[in-house]
Amino acid sequence: MSDLRDLYQEVILDHGKRPRNFRHPADANREAKGDNPLCGDKVTIYLKLSDKGLIEDLAFEGRGCAISTASASMMTEILKGKTEAEAEALFGAFHQMCTSDVAPEIAEPLQDDFDRLQVMSGVRHYPMRVKCATLAWHTMKAALEGADQPVKTE
Amino acid sequence: MTPQSQRKPSAVLRNAYDAAAVRRDFPILATMVRGKPLVFLDSGASAQKPRQVIDTVREVYEKGYANIHRGVYYLSQYATERFEAVRGTVARFINAGSAEEIVFTRNATEAVNLVAQSYGRTFFKPGDEVLISEMEHHANIVPWQMLETQIGIKVKVAPIDDAGELILDAYAKLLGPRTKLVAITHCSNVLGTVTPAAEIVRLAHAKDIPVLLDGSQAVVHETVDVRALDADFYVLTGHKLYGPTGTGVLYGKKALLAKMPPYQGGGDMIAHVSFSGTTFREPPYRFEAGTPAIAEVIGLGAAIDYVESIGRERIAGWEHELRDYATERLSEIPGLTIYGKAKNKAAIISFALDCAHPHDIGTILDDEGVAIRAGHHCAEPLMDRLGVPATARASFAMYNTMEDADALVAALKQVREMFA
Repeated sequence: MSDLRDLYQEVILDHGKRPRNFRHPADANREAKGDNPLCGDKVTIYLKLSDKGLIEDLAFEGRGCAISTASASMMTEILKGKTEAEAEALFGAFHQMCTSDVAPEIAEPLQDDFDRLQVMSGVRHYPMRVKCATLAWHTMKAALEGADQPVKTE
Repeated sequence: MTPQSQRKPSAVLRNAYDAAAVRRDFPILATMVRGKPLVFLDSGASAQKPRQVIDTVREVYEKGYANIHRGVYYLSQYATERFEAVRGTVARFINAGSAEEIVFTRNATEAVNLVAQSYGRTFFKPGDEVLISEMEHHANIVPWQMLETQIGIKVKVAPIDDAGELILDAYAKLLGPRTKLVAITHCSNVLGTVTPAAEIVRLAHAKDIPVLLDGSQAVVHETVDVRALDADFYVLTGHKLYGPTGTGVLYGKKALLAKMPPYQGGGDMIAHVSFSGTTFREPPYRFEAGTPAIAEVIGLGAAIDYVESIGRERIAGWEHELRDYATERLSEIPGLTIYGKAKNKAAIISFALDCAHPHDIGTILDDEGVAIRAGHHCAEPLMDRLGVPATARASFAMYNTMEDADALVAALKQVREMFA
């Protein structure tokens, strides 16, 4: 049960039930769709990116399990106000945290944000669920890059 | 009085079906998962294997293995005889007219593809139609869609109602002058619906349309008689029938198989090969190119023998008890919806909870040792019809017990505690 409690921490259950930034901002200038075909999870990420590469707004819509919804919700909270480069650094660290036992290195100014993401680290004991946690992040990256192809986890 | 004691079958019935004895034949059921006894409720995806099958496969490799249809030596002859004997076993099991009507494939998927690529590509023309249903497995959708691009046929879809029953009137109306084949499941892998196969065939035959039935689930839960159904093609897979993976069956009426060209080319399917031309063997051999899954097919024979030794009627009776008991106990759980309420239903129960996604349900149940399937079950169009991204599914087999259903319900109550 300890691994399971680790996976479904209160913070995750809370974000899963009451996702933050679950909306479609009218002034978003980037968006991308993500799809996990094996479980039917779908997410759309909306970004408002300034001329200087600052994420001024970040929101999402879609349907998925508690892990994928909580991951998307927390991501939108943490990345708002970040630069593109910071978002990519956090993406890299998050991905490594979900898939590896080796702790990622993260620049000092982003340490607090990364610490908040650590609640998701339980997924690495559930390889089948890693894609649930990373779907929103992959989709956010696609939105940043202006990709016009939907993101697939397969 | 607890619901368990209200619904548990009488001692007489329990004696009639000795589930404990059946369970002892399946070594994997003694496994512990995450420190808890395994409760395996995903047999609809693939069933566990009895010792009789495992021992047979081992015994083939230890004492009776060689390639078949080739050697003049003892071992090859012995392996060939045992392999070919399974054709007879399968024919008897589904009441085919003869062993020559049994083609071995890798699985049911390959059997459908064989019909699509051999029969379909030979006899379908652009604009012709294949009629399927809304509750097909991808294996009985995609091979026909491939013919849409390859030769320009159209796939038509017969609807189901909210209970998960095929709407026969709508089906009959879709049988048109361009319909060249009906390909419909005999039992839905998601809803458990056992379709009125004989009626489906009768309506199609009234318009001279042949019918393929996907029996992957049905053959596990029902007694199947392809001649009583008058099916033209019937496909099944060995691994859901307690047999080894890599074994599937295409039953085809002799006259149909006889006019079909080979599906794949290679060894074992030829009569003569020369660089000026090659002639093919008669069915079923012309459809079996290359070395088949020899030990596994012999293992499939052992699986069928095992099922018959317990008795298909008795297994079906036990599974219906399990279905009714599990359905009633699941209905105790607030916010739980069961998908599929067909009158004639196998022990396959798809459900959703209002408070948790099927994937979360699957992970939490796994922590209790309860293995279920969560996802779209290779039936995405059906998920769209039901208006859900995915469902959780508990599928029962001959070795499951009322206690397994109780464990499922107890674990689901934990899911609710966490999420509701």
